Amino acid sequence: MPTVVFVLGDDVSTDAIYPGRFMATVLPSETPQHAFADHTAFNAKLRAGEVPPGSVIVAGQNFGCGSSREQAASCLRGPDLTVVARGFARIFLQNAINLGLRTIICPEVEASEGDELEIEAGEVINRATGKRFEIVPLPAARQAIVDAGGLIPFVRQSLMPKPGASMRR
Amino acid sequence: MTIAQKILARASGRPHVAVGDVVEPAVDLAMSHENAALVINQFAGMFEGTSREPRVWDPERIAIVFDHRVPAESAKTATNQKRVREFVRQQGIAKFHDIRGDEGGICHQILAESGYDRPGAVIVGTDSHTTTHGAFGAFAFGIGATEMAAVWALGRVLNVEVPATIKVVVRGALPRGVEPKDVVLRLIGQIGAEGANYRVLEFHGDTIARLPMSGRLVLCNMAVEAGATSGIVPADEVTLHYLRAECGVTDPVEIAPPGGGAEYERVVEVDAGNLAPQVACPHTVDRVKPVTDVAGTRVDQIVIGSCTNGRLDDLETAATIVAGHHIARDVRMLVFPASWRIYREAMRRGYLETLTHAGAVVMNPGCGCCLGVHQGALGDGEVALSTTNRNFKGRMGNPKADVYLCSPAVAAASALTGVITDPRG
Ligand code: SF4
Repeated sequence: MPTVVFVLGDDVSTDAIYPGRFMATVLPSETPQHAFADHTAFNAKLRAGEVPPGSVIVAGQNFGCGSSREQAASCLRGPDLTVVARGFARIFLQNAINLGLRTIICPEVEASEGDELEIEAGEVINRATGKRFEIVPLPAARQAIVDAGGLIPFVRQSLMPKPGASMRR
Repeated sequence: MTIAQKILARASGRPHVAVGDVVEPAVDLAMSHENAALVINQFAGMFEGTSREPRVWDPERIAIVFDHRVPAESAKTATNQKRVREFVRQQGIAKFHDIRGDEGGICHQILAESGYDRPGAVIVGTDSHTTTHGAFGAFAFGIGATEMAAVWALGRVLNVEVPATIKVVVRGALPRGVEPKDVVLRLIGQIGAEGANYRVLEFHGDTIARLPMSGRLVLCNMAVEAGATSGIVPADEVTLHYLRAECGVTDPVEIAPPGGGAEYERVVEVDAGNLAPQVACPHTVDRVKPVTDVAGTRVDQIVIGSCTNGRLDDLETAATIVAGHHIARDVRMLVFPASWRIYREAMRRGYLETLTHAGAVVMNPGCGCCLGVHQGALGDGEVALSTTNRNFKGRMGNPKADVYLCSPAVAAASALTGVITDPRG
């Protein structure tokens, strides 16, 4: 069961997730080393490979506010983290979906570091406290991109030459 | 319908759209800066295995402007910029602004002053402050690099949910020493950093009607700091005059008549007539206080510039305040004009001379120290007072520093004293 490895408050900006000074690094394969660079303890754990894939970051409202930099999503996608937040900023959520970063909108979520979370269809169950929290589903159009594995494969489908078919999906 | 609804309906070929509808609007203008390097990477990925040559849908509708790290601060950036230049050449991208004194500057200022922004247009940019272009009555919003790659491939934005609109009514004549920046800081303080999340801010009222384009750009630029998808000022004669006189636009420009029957989610009012200068305190943009509450706070670095407040009238305000004086001994004052066109005009009018005489350092146009990657980093424990738009922890390159946000008048007055100072005297 996935474990909560990092708990954050409201309004965590992309400057906190991926500081601007690393923006010259763009490739999704290279961004994870700078994830939460100024939260040195968590960054060190990530770099040391001590955060297992599937681990969960729990955050408050407006996670990913600020700059549109996609590195803020790709740096968390690399180590295969899941973000469960009370709410996400618009551009960050879109970037996360486009890159296949697992994001769960869970307006009431409460968890502490070390708690184990069960993420099911419709709800998050905190195994440490026994509390259940409802998940707000993504709009259907967005879910289609998640199901395709991200925006690149999603668009690729519509770029594939299909005899007799129109260019549009 | 609201302005956003009208634009999205037109661009999606529908007579009507309702809030919450999902549409795929055709894009009129798609802007990127240095992060075009990542867009190119994702764009190539979308064509992989399709046996088709990667070609952008319309090279005339793509703008690329180098501004975030100019001239390049590192080999990595220089190499990215080189790659982008090659792509621009190969695809025939028309609206390319390189690191040049004749055409360069901050992307948002370049789009505005080059006449690329038009009323009623759908404008997307790989930069959150793309909201700026709503000042022309356009629907303009920020997207990520992969999303932009899809726009380059398909010419439309996928899955846009028609947002609800908050009507902002601003009334009254701005008192002396109070600027458009104070209006928008006040608004963000009032509604909070997520007060307009997933919403559009549509600006109305007599204050807005009288506001020149420079001020409207400030309001829409900072709309995103309240979480807004977009900020919009209805296009009018002021817009038209700017496009004709300042941008040299000669082709037909349509100003949609203000239609009735718009449904707003709510109405927020700002009393500009009784407004004091405002300051956003560390580390969120919505921690807004009247300047009198924070006056006397020690400052190490003053920054005047950015896509928010690096325009000619901002430099004029700053030059007028510091003229004939010297800035305080322990203060550094960095000025970075928003474009080279502004730089040249400020030079011609003597503002740059006045500013440097007073002790300011005038830097080359570009984002400069706004996002902490290029010049003007802060030391541990230092305090900056800046006319830029974000004060998040680490924004100016050092998480151990504090950034306060304000208008050019507050910044310039504070440069003279070394502490946050009310410009009204
Ligand atoms: S000036 Fe600052 S806010 Fe504006 S585009 Fe540049 S980095 Fe972004």
